[in-house]
Amino acid sequence: MAGDKLQVTFETDGSLSAPLTLSYPYNRTLGTTYARFLSSLADRRIEGTKAQDGRVFVPPAEFDPSTGAPLNDWVQVGDSGTVVQWSWQPTPFADNTLDEPFAWALILLDGADVPMLHAVRASSVADMAVGMRVKAVWADERIPEITAIRCFEPVGG
Amino acid sequence: MRDVGIVAFAESQLTYGTTNTPVEMIVPTVNEVLKNAGIERTEVDFWCHGSCDYMTGQPFSFVAAVDALGAWPPIIESHVEMDGAWALYEAWVKIQMGEANVALVFGNGKSSAGDMNRALTLQQDPYTVAPLWPGLTAMEGIGACAALQAGTVTERQMAEAASRARRDGAKNGNVLVSGSESADELLSRAVTSAPFRDHDLPAMADGVSAIIIAAGHAAKRIAKRPAWIRAIDHRIDHQNLGWRDLARSTSAAIAASEVGVHNDKVDIAELHTTFSHHEQLLINALQLRTDATRITPSGGALVGNALMAAGLSRFGHAARAIFDGTADRAVAHAQQGACLQQNIVAVLEGN
Repeated sequence: MAGDKLQVTFETDGSLSAPLTLSYPYNRTLGTTYARFLSSLADRRIEGTKAQDGRVFVPPAEFDPSTGAPLNDWVQVGDSGTVVQWSWQPTPFADNTLDEPFAWALILLDGADVPMLHAVRASSVADMAVGMRVKAVWADERIPEITAIRCFEPVGG
Repeated sequence: MRDVGIVAFAESQLTYGTTNTPVEMIVPTVNEVLKNAGIERTEVDFWCHGSCDYMTGQPFSFVAAVDALGAWPPIIESHVEMDGAWALYEAWVKIQMGEANVALVFGNGKSSAGDMNRALTLQQDPYTVAPLWPGLTAMEGIGACAALQAGTVTERQMAEAASRARRDGAKNGNVLVSGSESADELLSRAVTSAPFRDHDLPAMADGVSAIIIAAGHAAKRIAKRPAWIRAIDHRIDHQNLGWRDLARSTSAAIAASEVGVHNDKVDIAELHTTFSHHEQLLINALQLRTDATRITPSGGALVGNALMAAGLSRFGHAARAIFDGTADRAVAHAQQGACLQQNIVAVLEGN
C-alpha cells in the first residue's frame, strides 16, 4: 500500500470508509515435501508420493493419511488426466490464471490415485464433462509454484 | 456430566454493507441476550467469542471486541477463530469442567467487508490451492458435482431446499432474501455458476448472534424451559478436496452418531446449509426422516448467511423451538470450511 493514495469515501450514514488490502508479504520455507513437488513443477514434471497402501498422492502427502508414516517414495505422474468433478467460474477473479470464464476441476492425473484441483480452459459449460481428458498447459515462466501449470485444457475433442 | 442448557438467544437484524465496527455491531445483541435471560452481566462467569480476524482486517481484532462486554471488573473470556457455534462448544466444556456456571457466547461477521467468495479461498492449502484462487462457490460447485454424480443429492432436492428456505425466510422476517417460488419455478431459472443457479448460493450478510448457556440450577432459574444440550460433538474432514468423498459428509455423520441423533424422534433440525446441496448431504449424514422432522424452519443461512454467526444462530433457533414448546427434541448443526469440512452437531431437549 506504500505510496498508494488513500481513497476515502463518504458513506450515506456520514461515516468515512477507505479500502484496506490485506497481503501476505512473507517468505516461507516449504519443507522437504512441497519443496520437491514445486521444484519439479518448475522443471515441468509432476511428482507425487506413494502411500504405504500404494496410492499415489498428487499434490504429495508428507505423511501417510492412514498410518501417519512419513512418505519418501516419489513417483512421477503424467501431465494428462481425467476430470473427476468440475464447476464453472463465470467471472474470473483478477488473480486467477485465466481471464476468460473457465472451469475448475478435480483432475485425476495418469498414474495418480488422488485427484488434484486446477483450472480448465474451456470455451463454455458445454465443453465440460465428468470423465473428459485434459492436459496441462505450462506457464511460460518456470517457477516453483502451483501456477507453473497455467491451466489444463481439453484433449481429443 | 453436568446438565447444561441454552437459556437465551438473540440475533441482530441481518444487513449487508454496515459501516459499524465489530464492537458497535456486537453491543446491542449482547445487551439483548442478557435482557432476554433477565440477568446482569456480572452473573456471566465465562464469555466466549467466535469471529475471523481476516474478515475484520486486523490481527487480534477479537481483543477489541472485549469492549463490547465490559472488561472491568475483570472477566474470564476466550475466543475461537471459528463460527460462534464452536465458541458455544468451548463454553460447554468450561462448564463441564466446573469452572463456570453461566456462559455467554457470541459470533459476529461482516461479510460485506470484502468479496467473501474470493477471500474464503484462503482456508485452503496455501501452496497448492490458494495461489489458484478458486473461490468458495467454485469449490462448493465441485462438491455439488460430486453429490449429483453419485446420486446422493438431486437437482430437484437442491431446488426444494432453496424454495423452502425462501418461504421460511419470508415468515422469519430477519433474512436478506425471501420468495414464494416453487421448486419447479426455481429449476426453470438459468444455471449461472454450474452446477449452481443463483438461489443455490447463500445470501451473504453482516450480523451477530448470541446465546447464554447455563448449568443445572442456574439454567432452571434463568429459563422456564431450558433447551438442554444432551450431547454435542464436532468432527473434521481433511482440507484437501481431492482426498475426500465429497458426495457425503463423513464428519457430520460421525458427529451425528456420537450425539445419538437417531436415538429418539427429532422434531426439528436446524441445519447450517450454506449451499442448497448441503441440506440433502446433511439429511443423509444425520439420517433424518424428512416426514417426521421439520428441516431448518428459520430459513437458515441460504437466505441470510452472516459468516461466523450463522452457525450459532442455528443453535439459537433450535433452542427457541424448545423454549416455546414447538419442539421437545431438536438437532442443531453448524459447519465451517469448504464442502462441509467441519461439522458440529448437538441434540437439544426440553425435558
